[in-house]
Amino acid sequence: MVDQSITSLAKKLRAKDISSVELTQDYLARIKHLDGQLNSYITVSDEIALAQAEAADKLIASGSTSALAGIPIAHKDLFCTDGILTTCASKMLHNFIPPYESTVTGRMQASGAVTLGKTNMDEFAMGSSNENSHYGAVKNPWNIDKVPGGSSGGSAAAVAAGLCVAATGTDTGGSIRQPASFCGITGLKPTYGRVSRFGMIAYASSLDQAGPMARSAEDCAFILQSIAGFDTNDSTCSEIATEDYTANLDAPLNGLSIGLPKEYFGDGLNNDVAKAIQDAVKEFEKLGATVKEISLPNLNLSIPSYYVIAPSEASSNLSRFDGVRYGYRCEDPKDLMDMYKRSRGEGFGKEVQKRIMVGTYALSEGYYDAYYLKAQRIRRLIKEDFVKAFEQVDVIMGPVAPTTAFGIGAKTDDPIAMYLEDIYTLSVNLAGVPAMSIPAGFADGMPVGLQIMGNYFSEAKLLNVAHKFQQATDWHTKNPSLAEGA
Amino acid sequence: MSLEKQDVLKIAHLARLSLDDNDAEQYQNSLTSILDLVEQMQSVDTNGVEPLSNPLEAKQRLRDDVVTEGNRRNAFLANAPQTEAGLFLVPQVIE
Repeated sequence: MVDQSITSLAKKLRAKDISSVELTQDYLARIKHLDGQLNSYITVSDEIALAQAEAADKLIASGSTSALAGIPIAHKDLFCTDGILTTCASKMLHNFIPPYESTVTGRMQASGAVTLGKTNMDEFAMGSSNENSHYGAVKNPWNIDKVPGGSSGGSAAAVAAGLCVAATGTDTGGSIRQPASFCGITGLKPTYGRVSRFGMIAYASSLDQAGPMARSAEDCAFILQSIAGFDTNDSTCSEIATEDYTANLDAPLNGLSIGLPKEYFGDGLNNDVAKAIQDAVKEFEKLGATVKEISLPNLNLSIPSYYVIAPSEASSNLSRFDGVRYGYRCEDPKDLMDMYKRSRGEGFGKEVQKRIMVGTYALSEGYYDAYYLKAQRIRRLIKEDFVKAFEQVDVIMGPVAPTTAFGIGAKTDDPIAMYLEDIYTLSVNLAGVPAMSIPAGFADGMPVGLQIMGNYFSEAKLLNVAHKFQQATDWHTKNPSLAEGA
Repeated sequence: MSLEKQDVLKIAHLARLSLDDNDAEQYQNSLTSILDLVEQMQSVDTNGVEPLSNPLEAKQRLRDDVVTEGNRRNAFLANAPQTEAGLFLVPQVIE
């Protein structure tokens, strides 16, 4: 059952070869058997999953055509799920049971998907290694001494190990794409505003975007179809109509023009990763695409711009955690100020506190222009780089990260080195364009992800490009031995 | 750009975070290194470039000023650390 696509599972469910309840029981058993080694789930919602599976079986029997009906999936633990613990991997929310459902999880539920549980992540989505979790680090299923990437590391590890068919993630600076790359799965960060942020616990509101993480581009397309589209509950959600994301998956790539930004292939890029990316690009040429070198000249500025804008928005968003209405409150506060300070000081982890302080500083009187406004001006330069590039090419390709997954603990003493690793992903969020990571080979036994970036609202095109590659190659079908053995 | 320990304590106060002396020293180093990292922005000429706050430059959408949510007081109070008589309870504020 482990590595089956949504399409093949949907067929089996309709042919009554298997019921959703049986399928869900299989996955719950796999989680029980394997997740002790991976720590990819914070909460497993057995009872709710089985009740949803039973309902899905009825839905299918009554003729539902939803591809997701009866399919067991998992949600990153920053989507509010009505009645299911939602922690954001923080002590601050260790006991938070949302009284409402996020739009993303609600829409997938309406499509008949079964929620196996909530996946581990970097606390408040701040991190690139999934080591910043109150619930402990997640391990990479390809090598449990390595990180799965972050911040959606639990979702990526769970999908790669076959502990769910697919999962949701969120991407503020690369948090879907980089763990997808490190764990050898397919992930899509949609255009900013394509998917509602309602019920997502906010990190940086002008950058955050939810998307699918799955075994293939086709599976991602089914999930995007369910979650994308206008929502009155998110004031930044786009009113532009969604497309049919599965209709053109098989369209030929003849004449597709691919841009390779020279800044993505310079110093710092591991040679084996570069080789895998170049080989993948050659595969696209065989499929009829043409390749040209382009430039995104302000790429290097995406790091300082991001590390001002994201912490600034975080410092504002996370001010809501005050120990009054929900979440952690310190013991025996002596007055209101003591309660605020100790609840936040004890409830937030170090990385979160650090980013809150950077943001507080950048927004404080006398520094606002030099930091926040300056970063936003540079953000416009970065966006303009993409606008110009997409006047010349249809899609842009490059690596997702400079290396494959690194060792657990290898970068914890040097957080700046970890920030620099985000160089290939941050600019996409600053510009707001969509991008994917798809499996494109291995280096030293660890998966390498190819990044495919597209113009605004070109998700259907990106999925088509990724799907054609996956029809011609088999990198996305490889399984870690840990998953095979179970 | 180098922060003094006093700067860190002031930022922590503004952010409502309790720090002990040991924390403050650690954050002094890590915040300074982040501010050094972002310092390279200052060398870029952005004269005449407008700040970009929303990548799609979308305008804030307005809706009619009508009630859309029902009263769910008990559901919201259920997550609070301390409540009394249907209200959130906090340490005494007024002497």
